Order: sequence, then C-alpha cells, then structure tokens
Amino acid sequence: MPWIDACATDEIEQEDLVRFDHDGRTFAIYHSPDGEFFCTDGLCTHEQVHLADGLVMDYEIECPKHNATFDYRTGEAKRAPACVDLATYPTKVEGGRVLVEV
Amino acid sequence: MTQRDYSMTGADSMRAVHTGLAAAEWYHTDLPRKRMKELMKRADGPAIRDTVILFGAMIVLAGAGIALWPTLWSVPFWLGYGVLYGSAMDSRWHECGHGTAFKTRAFNDWLYQIASFCMMRNPHTWRWSHARHHTDTIIVGRDPEVVLMRPPALARVIANFFGLVDVWTAMVRMITNAAGHLTGDEAEFVPEREQPKVIRVARIWVLIYAAIIALSIVLGSILPLMVIGLPRLYGAWHHVMTGLLQHGGLAENVTDHRLNSRTVLMNPISRFIYWNMNYHVEHHMFPMVPYHRLPELHEEIKHDLPAPNRSITEALAEMWPALIRQLRDEDHFIERTLPDTAKPYRADLHATVPVGVPAE
Ligand code: FES
Repeated sequence: MPWIDACATDEIEQEDLVRFDHDGRTFAIYHSPDGEFFCTDGLCTHEQVHLADGLVMDYEIECPKHNATFDYRTGEAKRAPACVDLATYPTKVEGGRVLVEV
Repeated sequence: MTQRDYSMTGADSMRAVHTGLAAAEWYHTDLPRKRMKELMKRADGPAIRDTVILFGAMIVLAGAGIALWPTLWSVPFWLGYGVLYGSAMDSRWHECGHGTAFKTRAFNDWLYQIASFCMMRNPHTWRWSHARHHTDTIIVGRDPEVVLMRPPALARVIANFFGLVDVWTAMVRMITNAAGHLTGDEAEFVPEREQPKVIRVARIWVLIYAAIIALSIVLGSILPLMVIGLPRLYGAWHHVMTGLLQHGGLAENVTDHRLNSRTVLMNPISRFIYWNMNYHVEHHMFPMVPYHRLPELHEEIKHDLPAPNRSITEALAEMWPALIRQLRDEDHFIERTLPDTAKPYRADLHATVPVGVPAE
C-alpha cells in the first residue's frame, strides 16, 4: 500500500489529534506525549462519531460523544460504550511530514 | 394532537430512524479547539475534595441519626443524610458514568459503583441507556430516559419525589436480572456481551439487600434500612426536582440542545448536590467537559444560548404551567428565546417543531 502524505508534524500539538480525509475515508492522526505519530480510523466504533473533537490523554483518545476511550497505538477499545476496537494504520515521519499507509 | 409512543420498539422509534432523527448531527456552539481542550482537561482534585465532603457529611449525619434514634430529634439528620444518599448520588452516578469527574479512571469507576448501588441503577444497564439519552436526547421512541412524557404522568412524577415508582421498578428489574433475564427495553440497548455483567451485579445487590433486611429483622428495627435502602425514598426529592427541570416542558424531536434542555442558576448547596448539572445545555452540548469546568463553559458560550433561569423557583414556575397545558395539548412546548448574539435555531433541522410559533 502506498504511503500518503497526511500533514506536517507541527500541525498537530503534542497530546492532540487532527482529522485526515483521504479517498472517501476519514482518519485521525495523533501526536503522542512522547512525540510519536499514530493513525486510526476517524470514526468511533460505537456510533460513528468523529474522534477529531475528542480528548487525547497520554495514549488514549476519548470520544466526544459518550466518552468511550481507545488506545490509539493499538486501537483497543478501553471503555464502554465502545466494544469494538479501532483500526490502526502505520505512520512514519519524513522531512517534517507525517505519512500514513492506509 | 399527536399521540406519542415512547417505547424503544414502537412506531415513533421506527419513525425517528426513518426520518433521520435518530443518531443525527446536533447543533454545537463554535468554540476554538484550544479553549475546548483546556475545558475538557481532567483533574482529580475537585472531585476528591467533593467526595471527601460528601462521604464525611454522610457519616456525620447518619451517625447523629443513629445516636438519636428513635427520637424525633433524629429526623433532621436523616433528612440531610437522605438527600446526600438519594439525590447527590444521582449526580455522582451521572458524572462518573461519563468518566469525567476524576482524571484517574479507577476513582470514577469506584464512585460510579457506589452511586449506582445507592440509586438502585444497574451500573451496566444504565451506562447504555444514558449513552442513548445523549445520542437521541428527547427523541420520542429513542431516548429511554424521558422523564416527562406527553401527556405528563403527574401522579407518577409526584410519587417519584419519594422514589416510589423508581424504587419499585428498580426492584422488579433487579430481581428479574438476578433471575438471569433482561427486561424488553434493556435487551434493546444493552449489547449482548455486556448482559452477563448486568446479571452478576443484580445478584450481588440482591444479596446485600437480603442481608440488610435480615439484620433489620434480627434487631427488630428498621434502623439498618434507614442507612441503606430507604434513603433512596426519603431523600429522592432533590434529584427528582432538578431532573424534571433538565428537559421538562421543552421541545421534543429536535437536534439542538438549546431547544430541549434547560440551564438553571442555583444556590451553592443545590449545585453541590447536583454537581453542576444545572448547566444542562452546556453538558449536553459538550459532555466531555467535567462538572467543575461547566461554569466556565457557560460563561464562554452563553452568548449563543437562551438566557438561563435565574433560580430553581423561576424554572419551576416556567415549567409547571407548560406541563399542565400538555395534559390537554400534547403538542404544546416552551420555545426559549435566543439572544441577538446567538446563531438562530435552524427550522430545517427541526421539521417537527414549529419554530417561530412559540408557546405563549
Ligand atoms: S460515539 Fe463514540 S462513544 Fe459513542
């Protein structure tokens, strides 16, 4: 699968996320407290609300609708009402850009 | 006049799905992401302080009630203890259910379990019903937590000031769950893999209540039940009163919390008991914001919201006549006026509400 240029590294504050839309799909790109970047599907697995307005705490993203949380490194659903894990995608940083393999 | 079917499996439920009212896009006031992040930020301090005060006060009040039992002097202490048990626990259940009260998840979970027990709400069932209440707030046939249906069942509401209907329903549910079954509506919104947890908690609670009842029989006194169980009845009035104000008399089947929720400014004691859920429009619009930041959120977005009611009395005076009128006119509701600084209600999103033809 090709690597896609998603955004500049400095577009995402540390411990935050941004929305990234590509080819009719929507994703979330995270900047962790340790400076790493991660990518998951953009929509919560509970009721398909976008996670972009959610809250990043350490390595978890909390959904803005009903406060379900996921570990954005693995996609694991950590707190109800989400029961289904999020899909995750590989990322890498090149020349100040975040690339995702989606 | 439109007949409403509030059940989760009835005609209105299907209609809401077909018309796109279910799981719809809701109105949000614009707020810069940076500010929103500050407001959403979690902390343990405020909720630890409030929890120490809450449990400290409960121990003192129950201790005094027991010491003075069975004289009439014990009554004021039981009344105070009852409100903390039968009402303050409602807001603790609510905030910890959202997971926003504390930063530390384990603290949220502990208080959620205790509060669920006090309020006799199965912690697993109610998590799901409350999620639905946030997805489909006051959408007929979708929201399982509509307290004031139309026409309002006022006798039921008044009985619930003493917890009578809620406790009876809770007991029936608890025993049904403990016997290994979920009721019809529960099966509709609790996912299958969560259902064994509902049953396990119900069984533990049945054992606890059986032990309290047995102790009362052995002692020949209702004193143990005055401490555990009965305060859900004699202390329920405050959470019922504040709960009615949340959405009572306002619009149904709309996707703008400014139309169906009410913010009420309250005295500090009621705000402590209610854990700031008097900022109800704000809470529904941004459920990620912890209770202790809601006053700030209110200041931030009030230009876009209807003016809050200035007291509990004022809010009750607004709501009550609307409820009485709904007894004969189910389509009646209060449309709250927006300030000039607010973005207008979008009539196209609220097809079932004749926006622009407000109730008098
Ligand atoms: S939509 Fe994300 S928790 Fe419900």
